[in-house]
Amino acid sequence: MTSLTLVHLYPREMNIYGDTGNLLVLRKRLRWRGIDSTVVAVNVGDPLPTGADIVLGGGGQDAAQGEIGADFVSRRETLHAMADDGVVMLTICGTYQLLGHEFLTKDGRRIPGAGVLDVSTRGSDERLIGNNHIDTPWGTLVGFENHSGLTTLGPAVTPLGRTVARRGNNGTDLTEGAVRDNVFGTYLHGPVLAKSPAFADELLRRALLRRGHSAELEPLDDQLAHAAAAVAIGRPR
Amino acid sequence: MDILAIWLGKLTLVLLRATGRRGTALPGLLVEKIFPAFLARRLSRLPGGVVVVTGTNGKTTTTKMLATVLSQKFRVLTNDTGGNFVRGTITAVLQQSDWLGRTPADIAVFELDEAHAVLFCQVHQPEHLLLLNVLRDQLDRFGEIDTTAQLLGKVAAQTSRHVVINRDDPRLVKLAAGLSAEVSYFGVVPGLRVLFPTDEEMYGGTVAISELPAAVELVSVELAMTTELSLRIGDSIEHLTLRAEGAHNAQNAAAAAALAVALGLDPATIASGLRAVEPAFGRGQSFDLDGRRVVLQLVKNPAGFRQSLRTIDGLSPAATVIAINDDYADGRDMSWLWDVDFAAGLSGHPSTHEAGDTPDAQQVKSGWLVTSGTRAADMAVRLQYDEIPTALVEPDLTDAVRQAVSHVKPGETVVVFSTYTAMWSLHRALLRMAGG
Ligand SMILES: [Zn+2]
Repeated sequence: MTSLTLVHLYPREMNIYGDTGNLLVLRKRLRWRGIDSTVVAVNVGDPLPTGADIVLGGGGQDAAQGEIGADFVSRRETLHAMADDGVVMLTICGTYQLLGHEFLTKDGRRIPGAGVLDVSTRGSDERLIGNNHIDTPWGTLVGFENHSGLTTLGPAVTPLGRTVARRGNNGTDLTEGAVRDNVFGTYLHGPVLAKSPAFADELLRRALLRRGHSAELEPLDDQLAHAAAAVAIGRPR
Repeated sequence: MDILAIWLGKLTLVLLRATGRRGTALPGLLVEKIFPAFLARRLSRLPGGVVVVTGTNGKTTTTKMLATVLSQKFRVLTNDTGGNFVRGTITAVLQQSDWLGRTPADIAVFELDEAHAVLFCQVHQPEHLLLLNVLRDQLDRFGEIDTTAQLLGKVAAQTSRHVVINRDDPRLVKLAAGLSAEVSYFGVVPGLRVLFPTDEEMYGGTVAISELPAAVELVSVELAMTTELSLRIGDSIEHLTLRAEGAHNAQNAAAAAALAVALGLDPATIASGLRAVEPAFGRGQSFDLDGRRVVLQLVKNPAGFRQSLRTIDGLSPAATVIAINDDYADGRDMSWLWDVDFAAGLSGHPSTHEAGDTPDAQQVKSGWLVTSGTRAADMAVRLQYDEIPTALVEPDLTDAVRQAVSHVKPGETVVVFSTYTAMWSLHRALLRMAGG
């Protein structure tokens, strides 16, 4: 009997905008297929567990980001090793930024990141905020972005999807999110997996494949999610 | 000339009413543009000054409680029309002024959201301030919770006489340092603290017990069809029954009582005022539809939704409607629904995040469940992941309530949880339907 280990990064500080919902979505989609899972919460100073299958991180208050940033950088080696080893990571907003090389604040301070994703972020006065949806190889991802950090991608990552003007990573180059191996970063809150079930299953498929389970995932009834996604796509920003 | 401003405003109100519009903003807007000094001048003449009530949750009910309590001793001016912005306060002054240009009032009690409270201070520095709580709200609108606390700090710094603070909210308690106004507190006894989690506590932090002395303390609360509670006001214990349902309203009563104490009212007068308070718009108001009781509960943010879900235990509904709109006033971002534990609230099985927590369909306390509003499908997805079955997804608000009512027997109850703009439509529709 397989059981997956899900790591929840900084559940107290990085849980803004319902990102914790991604954890619930993944666990329920596993359980509805008879697959167990355990969650390990990792707070500042806690060790990252060995044998992690999926790592999840959400957005946080700006004030929390500094403290979390220092803790994150101290895990640099471990996070790189995990990413190279194919551990699935889904990072949203604040943790997406921290997984990059650095965050340059508006007043010129440099908060270093873990450098697992080849992206860099700088603070801006403009806030990119509103409903957004992007086309990806795993269907349309539907969520809500809310960030003032602008992120640019380096050559070692590909964008998660394409967006329209004035949204996404930086509002200008029409990219949204970043991917490298099994590591994903995005600005989509929502939580993003709730209305993007094919993407949720892609994350599970990759985690299970890494454990040697190549069987197809049993399909689930996702009519409500598809209906909700269709409504969201039609709503004003 | 204030009389010109009052005539302009009152004529606009008459015209709006004649065309069946509810607008509280337009008369205020016109007067603000044409007579910019009107509000400041009127408020400066009030002998008792202005009380501002602000915080994330409970503003409307607390304002109504405080206004009712104070009206036993003072002539009270209040913005009880739900217009909790600066223009709404101008409209309130206009409504309560007569055609001779007089504003017969001793004191004003204004509900203002955090951002508008700051703007209000530029017009009139409040004499009194009541700070209720800082919780996560529609984050797409207010930025973040620390920013919101800073806004409240600015208002506290400009308050001249007395600031009443919720001692159980550490973000608010921090604001007390260095204020020129006198400070006092309200709170709940340690045994009840778990009913009123702060933002941190809601996300896994331990419950912090404050040692600050409180002018008024909520000592006990019992929830049924009504809310029975005891307050310690100064040295005396007052027992009372509130008509507004829910533990959060008991806490609001403690808040209103503490501000009334600061204004010199005695415990018995405060308690009798609280007993007389009618439920505010959408906060536990009920309607009779063909012998079925329909109870409206406004939900705006995770903390408020969690509190409102508790009323299910007392109401034992045969059907429940959850109506979620996503207009600006509701919050555009649906993420907040994922910060509410529906499994705990609707099925009594807490902790959605642990394995082995599938609620037994028989145990779902909500009865027959309908989701409605523009985001009816989003709400149904949220419930799906808490394994609570939705019987019907009906975006049309009136149809959803009709279906729920026709599904239950006479004498039974339908509870409607609804976001702000959905509440306005439903309130209108229910008045029409209940009127026959
Ligand atoms: Zn964000």
